[in-house]
Amino acid sequence: MPQEIERQYKEILKQYVLQQTEQNLYAGQNFSRQLIRKNIAPDEVISIHKATLEEMFPELPMNVWNSFDLLIEMMIRYGLAHAEHQSLIQKQEELKVEMDLAAKVQKTLLKTTIPVVEGLDIGLISVPARKMNGDYIYFLSDNASNAGVAVADVIGKGIPAALCMSMIKYGMDSLHDAATDPKEILDVINRIVEKSVNDDMFISMFYGSYNVESSNFAYATAGHEPALFYNAKKDEFSELHAKGLLLGVVANVSYEQHVVKMETGDFIVMMTDGVTECRTEEGFVDPEFILSLIQSLRDEPAQTMVDTVFKELEQMQDFALRDDFTLVIFKKTS
Amino acid sequence: MGYRSSVEILTEWDIVAARQLGRNEAKEVGFGTVDQARITTAISELARNIYLYAGKGKIEIERISEGGKNGITIIASDNGPGIPDVRKVMEDGFSTSGGLGAGMPGVKRLMDNFKLETTVGEGTVIKATKWIR
Repeated sequence: MPQEIERQYKEILKQYVLQQTEQNLYAGQNFSRQLIRKNIAPDEVISIHKATLEEMFPELPMNVWNSFDLLIEMMIRYGLAHAEHQSLIQKQEELKVEMDLAAKVQKTLLKTTIPVVEGLDIGLISVPARKMNGDYIYFLSDNASNAGVAVADVIGKGIPAALCMSMIKYGMDSLHDAATDPKEILDVINRIVEKSVNDDMFISMFYGSYNVESSNFAYATAGHEPALFYNAKKDEFSELHAKGLLLGVVANVSYEQHVVKMETGDFIVMMTDGVTECRTEEGFVDPEFILSLIQSLRDEPAQTMVDTVFKELEQMQDFALRDDFTLVIFKKTS
Repeated sequence: MGYRSSVEILTEWDIVAARQLGRNEAKEVGFGTVDQARITTAISELARNIYLYAGKGKIEIERISEGGKNGITIIASDNGPGIPDVRKVMEDGFSTSGGLGAGMPGVKRLMDNFKLETTVGEGTVIKATKWIR
């Protein structure tokens, strides 16, 4: 125990015994802050108190001094609890740093480039609820005739979901031909996931592919949120449904594939349940609200559309996302 | 080897006897009140573990000196089941969450030096040393 601390404490105690002012108490409290910073255990503080008293009032009866020994004994555990707490806080700090690094690695790992093909405007936003993202976007394109996108969502959040994502990425990397049918892509990924994922992990995935020559958008889904198709001429939305089991449940699944023809001004909205299941304190956000929000943005560039939808919904949820949020728009411009 | 004295741990009352022995020794060697209380708490913890998990065992107190420094080593030994996962019992938050008290990390913090040897099915020996500052 540094002598300096003892001296300072003695001074504070002397002042207070002399004059019981709020100011002197405040000095004591500030001093305790310093003691905590220096990791001085409560039992030591009592021991200092006792030693100081012995100097100031040596005539106090013996049973007063004895009582301090009991107090010191009792405070040992408080000191231990405090030290343990400190060490757990430090551990938590370390974990946080590790998570930040992992999130960075994930970001690099899951990087994907928005394709450029004639007549198609693409907007993308994907924001994790926590540090790691359990949503995944992968573009597969030849940057000429075909622009495909995979939108996947691991049921669950955080690290387990993120680890799962990297597997999908390597599955997608093995596919090179952007003209591959959506149902075949889901079939390949399903077999990879089935082999390498626990039974308690589920992944939903939507794959859609736009072809420049035919203006067709072909899609298939593995238990994912239906995409929305906006028909500009009719000014209305319809859902793009298809049958298909979640990825990884069984090895051999044949996925349904459907096609819609896109006209100029039409767009397709693909998303994860972080969008459709937005919640405020009053409950789920009305899906009609989200539709009309997107509708009101129909003349904006695709990126502005997704950014604006996110901003609106984020604000409605008081900036606290409950689930990873991913939104992709394919908009036919010519 | 320095002077050694010991207490057999068979019942909960023996924990008190071990504490008493430890405190007397610590006082005689020259530890101050706070350190006496710390040594006693460490003994309490070790004796309690013997009582709860091994059923019976021994707490020994050894006076030591080295390079002009004096101190005490607590030796807690038993022929109990041993500790299968030492890393876990040395982890903060493990014993306190189970309501067992300060546990092994606590003993390690209270003392200057801590050594644990354990074999599953054979028993455990823990040596913890504290020097007079």
